[in-house]
Amino acid sequence: MRSEFVESVVELAERDERVLLLTGDLGYTVLEPFAQRFPDRFFNVGVAEQNMVGLSTGLAEAGFVPFVYSIATFASMRAYEFVRNGPLLHELPVRIVAVGGGLDYGYNGVTHYALEDIALMRAQPGMTVVAPADAAQARTALEETAGLPTPVYFRLGKGETPVAGLEGRFGLGRAHSVTEGDDVAIVALGTMAAPALEAAELLEARGIGATVVVVSSVSPPPLDDLAEVLERVGLVVTVEAHYRNGGLGSLVAELVADRRLSCRLVRKAVEVVPRGLIGSPDYLYETLGLSAPQLAESVVVELEPSKR
Amino acid sequence: MRLASVPPSVFDSLTPVTSPALAEHIRRQTIEQAKRANVGHIGSALSIADVLAVLYERVLRVPTVDDPDRDRFILSKGHAALALYAALHGTGRLTTEQLASYCTNGSVLGAHPEHRVAGIDFSTGSLGQGLSVGAGAALAARLQGSSRRVFVLVSDAECNEGALWEAVMFAAHHRLSNLVAIVDDNGQQALGHTRDVLDLTPLAARWTSFGWDVVEVDGHDHEALARAFDADGDAPRVAIAKTTFGKGVSYMEGEIKWHYWPMSDAEYSQAVAELEAR
Repeated sequence: MRSEFVESVVELAERDERVLLLTGDLGYTVLEPFAQRFPDRFFNVGVAEQNMVGLSTGLAEAGFVPFVYSIATFASMRAYEFVRNGPLLHELPVRIVAVGGGLDYGYNGVTHYALEDIALMRAQPGMTVVAPADAAQARTALEETAGLPTPVYFRLGKGETPVAGLEGRFGLGRAHSVTEGDDVAIVALGTMAAPALEAAELLEARGIGATVVVVSSVSPPPLDDLAEVLERVGLVVTVEAHYRNGGLGSLVAELVADRRLSCRLVRKAVEVVPRGLIGSPDYLYETLGLSAPQLAESVVVELEPSKR
Repeated sequence: MRLASVPPSVFDSLTPVTSPALAEHIRRQTIEQAKRANVGHIGSALSIADVLAVLYERVLRVPTVDDPDRDRFILSKGHAALALYAALHGTGRLTTEQLASYCTNGSVLGAHPEHRVAGIDFSTGSLGQGLSVGAGAALAARLQGSSRRVFVLVSDAECNEGALWEAVMFAAHHRLSNLVAIVDDNGQQALGHTRDVLDLTPLAARWTSFGWDVVEVDGHDHEALARAFDADGDAPRVAIAKTTFGKGVSYMEGEIKWHYWPMSDAEYSQAVAELEAR
């Protein structure tokens, strides 16, 4: 997804000379297409994420659209107050490209897992927060947000497999259902659409119909699209590569409370600080209870007659 | 709270037209508005009165406050906002009525400056951020082929912030010669002297070693300040302005308590008398 996204940024930069790309010394083998095409509009600012966002604030005030690139942990947390007092406070079109959202840097350990970035970014009014599910959707999301005069946080994951049924659709404030079923809604954040879809297949084999809803526009939140689905089902399960508090599960809990929806809500998320936990994303999902079979099993348990 | 003992505007008859007159205007308005609002940060504001006066009367090229090619100024030590408001007032960019709203309910003039005020380019208040923004603004000017310059006023204690040095390195690496940093080197910070809290010395040598063109200057000498702000090299310039905290009010000079303390009626009267006698 990263490479496709950067290709799209190059295309955008071809037609919009305001576009710049800054990196905090990351993006080896990913950013070269931009750096080679636009050497005068590419800046490796060094390992200095705070300064990168501060620079972008000064650049954007003068009319540029700076994309700043780093790993999601550093892009969100190290520079957080600069983001708040810079592009957010001044309402400037800075684009934060945060790669490795969730557990994608699985072999790098907990310092490289971004498990609270969505909570942090969606807490800020005026921040558009986008977590694409696959490369095609990332491209569309870039196009859909290109004209925004305010900042955008892109949480990019691996998302190597195209999400069946999504076909690159993206809309600000919209969610997309990619399967239909009346027993349960599985609401997935970004790249967790893949295990959610796999869980839906496992459930179908057991006679349980699941609507899988992909949430990529976190802010603005897809409240109406979600409510429309949640009004039809008795059970909703959210799944995200993120801590339990403040992310997609919290967003859906707020919606359920605000609109007095009657469905039950189960939030599947990272429950513990994954200290010393290393492995592939799939291994980590399984260890943390977020794999497709575990998702499916959760649904089965929740739908048992005694729990209805 | 408006204090009955303070007339609405003691000094309104002043119309500064030179940098020394503007400096006195800044000092008097700082004292008057700080008393009326019963707020502190007075010493920090007084220490930069001359720096701001030179910038606003002699250096900054600002045809209109929304001219894209205007020079940018960032008060990174945002807690001295009152001095900035007084400078904007003294140069006709803020009305007396606006200035008199300082730190009142519903005013946009708070203890830290916000860009919603015409004439203020960037909101500040969190130390260590302004120089990064200024470096970005300077880079933008270069990319756009503009001759505009960027001036960033930081406090000496602000150099405690690691992020500031990120910007210092970036500006030097990219030879941002259209960027001028000014350090208000008054030697004091909120809870003590900088030498006791976190020693900054040798401050000039540190900036020099990071690749900046360093000028040490008397922060109350207008001619020297004007020369220091006129950078002509190929590196970013830093003017380390040696200033006296609380400059102009004898009992505030060099006294830590005036970082936060508001004035009593008697202290206000003495300050007014001393400033009128200057």
